[in-house]
Amino acid sequence: MVLKGTKKKIMGTYVQPGSVGAGPYLLETRGLTKVFGSLTACDHVDLKIRKGEIHALLGENGAGKSTLVKMLFGSLEPNEGEILWDGSPVRIPSPSAARKLGIGMVFQHFSLFDALTAAENIALSLDQDTPISTIAAKARDLSKSYGLPLDPGSLVGDLSVGERQRIEIIRCLLQTPELIILDEPTSVLTPQEADRLFETLERLRDEGKSILYISHRLEEVKRMCNSATVMRHGKVVDHCDPRQETAASLARMMVGTEVKSAERTPAMTGKSIELLGICGLSRKPAGPFSMPLKNIWLSVKSGEVLGIAGVAGNGQGEFFEAISGEVLQDDPDTVRVCGKPAGRLGISGRRLLGAAFVPEERLGHGAAPRMRLSENLLLSRHETDRKAFLGSLGMVAGAAISSATQRIIEAMDVRKSAPDPEAASLSGGNLQKFIIGRELDRQPSVMVVNQPTWGVDAGAAARIRQALIELARAGSAVLVISQDLDELFEISDAISVMHNGELSEPIAIADATFEKIGLLMGGAEPGHVDHHEEVA
Amino acid sequence: MRIELVRRPQHSVLFSALSPFIALALTLVAGAIMFSLLGKNPLEALYYYFIDPLREMWSLHELAIKAAPLILIAVGLSVCYLSNNWNIGAEGQFIAGAVVGSILPVMFPQFQSWIVLPLMLLMGMAGGAAYAAIPAFLKVRFNTNEILTSLMLVYVAQLFNDWLVRGVWRNPQGMSFPGTAPFHEYAILPEIWPAAGRANWGFVFALAAGVVVWFMLSKTLKGFEVRVQGQSPRAGRFSGFSSSRMVFFAFLLSGALAGLAGISEVSGAVGSLNEKLSIGYGFTAIIVAFLGRLNPLGIIAAGLILALTYLGGEAASISVGLSDKVVRAFQGMLLFFVLGCDTLIHYRIRLVPSAAKSAEA
Repeated sequence: MVLKGTKKKIMGTYVQPGSVGAGPYLLETRGLTKVFGSLTACDHVDLKIRKGEIHALLGENGAGKSTLVKMLFGSLEPNEGEILWDGSPVRIPSPSAARKLGIGMVFQHFSLFDALTAAENIALSLDQDTPISTIAAKARDLSKSYGLPLDPGSLVGDLSVGERQRIEIIRCLLQTPELIILDEPTSVLTPQEADRLFETLERLRDEGKSILYISHRLEEVKRMCNSATVMRHGKVVDHCDPRQETAASLARMMVGTEVKSAERTPAMTGKSIELLGICGLSRKPAGPFSMPLKNIWLSVKSGEVLGIAGVAGNGQGEFFEAISGEVLQDDPDTVRVCGKPAGRLGISGRRLLGAAFVPEERLGHGAAPRMRLSENLLLSRHETDRKAFLGSLGMVAGAAISSATQRIIEAMDVRKSAPDPEAASLSGGNLQKFIIGRELDRQPSVMVVNQPTWGVDAGAAARIRQALIELARAGSAVLVISQDLDELFEISDAISVMHNGELSEPIAIADATFEKIGLLMGGAEPGHVDHHEEVA
Repeated sequence: MRIELVRRPQHSVLFSALSPFIALALTLVAGAIMFSLLGKNPLEALYYYFIDPLREMWSLHELAIKAAPLILIAVGLSVCYLSNNWNIGAEGQFIAGAVVGSILPVMFPQFQSWIVLPLMLLMGMAGGAAYAAIPAFLKVRFNTNEILTSLMLVYVAQLFNDWLVRGVWRNPQGMSFPGTAPFHEYAILPEIWPAAGRANWGFVFALAAGVVVWFMLSKTLKGFEVRVQGQSPRAGRFSGFSSSRMVFFAFLLSGALAGLAGISEVSGAVGSLNEKLSIGYGFTAIIVAFLGRLNPLGIIAAGLILALTYLGGEAASISVGLSDKVVRAFQGMLLFFVLGCDTLIHYRIRLVPSAAKSAEA
């Protein structure tokens, strides 16, 4: 309850009434259709965006949002249908044509060169030969007038993700677009950085610009957007005013059914023992732009879910590699699994001690894309289940593996098109259910998961979260690294924050608030948080 | 107008299986066109090229002699290529195996015992493996490109062998011709069925290697490791497999098989080491490996087909008067069509009108 109240307070700050209903359409699509092979990614999509509104495009992963946006920005050509700009039909064959019309786009994954300065990066995307100094001056003016603090002379490699996003936004604004498309802009931001972004967007709207805002975060859509188009399976299923809806009703439109959130049973009481211990883990950066790990201490006890929050790129990937044993430590006692030193053991050795790992990347890391599910089962379990899965001479026991595969598929409700399909042919959510199920099937004592529901549809995500909680309640230690704060609040017993390769002290879930965690994600000292709270 | 390759959502299983045959058929058609452009009767030329060598027993034995090194090398290369290690230097490893295996009969001709031949075969394998270990070490330690290093080492091996057989190892009774003295009888790989033809045990080695490696690749965890490492190295690391150990495994195995092919050729078909040791077996085996779809059993069939192009080239140059360069042309066309068919199974061609340009202007 404490949590809910805090959330509302942040939310309440920026809700402003926008102009709804009036005004001509800036952009309109009629029956826009895009077909890839047998898949209709966009099926007769009608979208109408007025001048001076923030229009939300809602939908689960794979609903067709990205395809639609790519057609608007000229990266894909529609098979059918038309696009109207200011009332007259246009063709948008390329991104530069889109920019000429007045459509700008800020991508989810930034396309910036780390080794260049902000101004040089902006110059690269402009067509004309404007001198860098002019661009820097313009960028500085824009950043001032929109409240987006940015030094055009700074190296991108040194900037935070939020600052990099500002470069993208300024780069987009320099081309004076009428319509700005933002693809999942807050997925890489701390709550505070997101708030600042919302202020900027509201200013732009008040200046008469239109914004197409793609997100699956319902709270922020409710906060900012005057109208919304909801997509599901490539079709538009609804148009609505998000402010008239609840988060639950929006979710229902997106998913089509009621979405259950995971149920967190109270943590086990009584004696619990440490199953995963990290003592003073440090790691030098592996490359020029990767993050060093600085003296990390952590302990996860049996029956506990510990969440690690943090903005992407603050060392989570490096941390996961170090715990999983894909990278070894110098001192065996740095990582302890079930009380045994594991720092010098590779990933198979750590699995044999009872640990299981699920990496962030599904295709190409957690699973081999072109291999069948049964082969992908062997991928992480050929050592732990050697007796069951391998015969003499290292022969693979096909029957045992197929029945185990079948068991996992049933336990996790993995939907698939063939009896034993290639991993790449499954949807992200179904593959993730299989990968998590593959590890759960072993009933590991320690489970380390990086981004368990990244890009996974809501139904699958709920199932995965529930499974993680149940594993912990059955007596295992679960460590979840996630960028999704809602998720961590839903399943964790305590949350630590990773920032700049350092890990904060865990905060018990009862004491944790979005604001507190958000400040730590932005790099505030724990002491500073308390101070800030007093001020607030 | 520009041409794009678009990935097919699902590739046809039927055409995957048919692709080597389609490639062969296209090669024959293109070969017929080539023959008629050269002013020969295409049907007659194709007959002498592909049918005539198969009509007599001794000729089939010659086919086995040519096929044996191709199969041995290609089977090893399939493990390399499946694990994403691009060993292009099998020719060099073949020569290294032949040279190291020849040490006993050339430098110690007095040592005559039944043990000489097994030792020679083992030394040949060790020599090929050691030579293949060089690019493997460079790749693991310094991250060098194995395509370049293994290829360049071919020329080193060729020149070293040339120096040996013209210099320190030259037969004093050889009328100044390059080449060692003929091996003594204990150093000769015996023929399988002397009454019928010259084919030696090298062909049996090739068949055995094909079956063993097929079993390893398709039925065991090691084969799984080879494929995981080749398809997604990061998933391989997650699986707990060591990528540097895999580099060594693949190179040492293929080097050893190439070395075995080398010493079998020298001690079997030739009987001495000379400067014309190989007719490009190490490179032709690359075609064999791909024509056999990197499957050792397929490679046995593919090896016989490529061996036929060698024999047919000889037969056609005698009967129809074609240049022996035709062999290279045939092999090149075959590789081209195999890779072309494979590409079109996974991708389809799309022509995109260049309207984009005009709209932008």
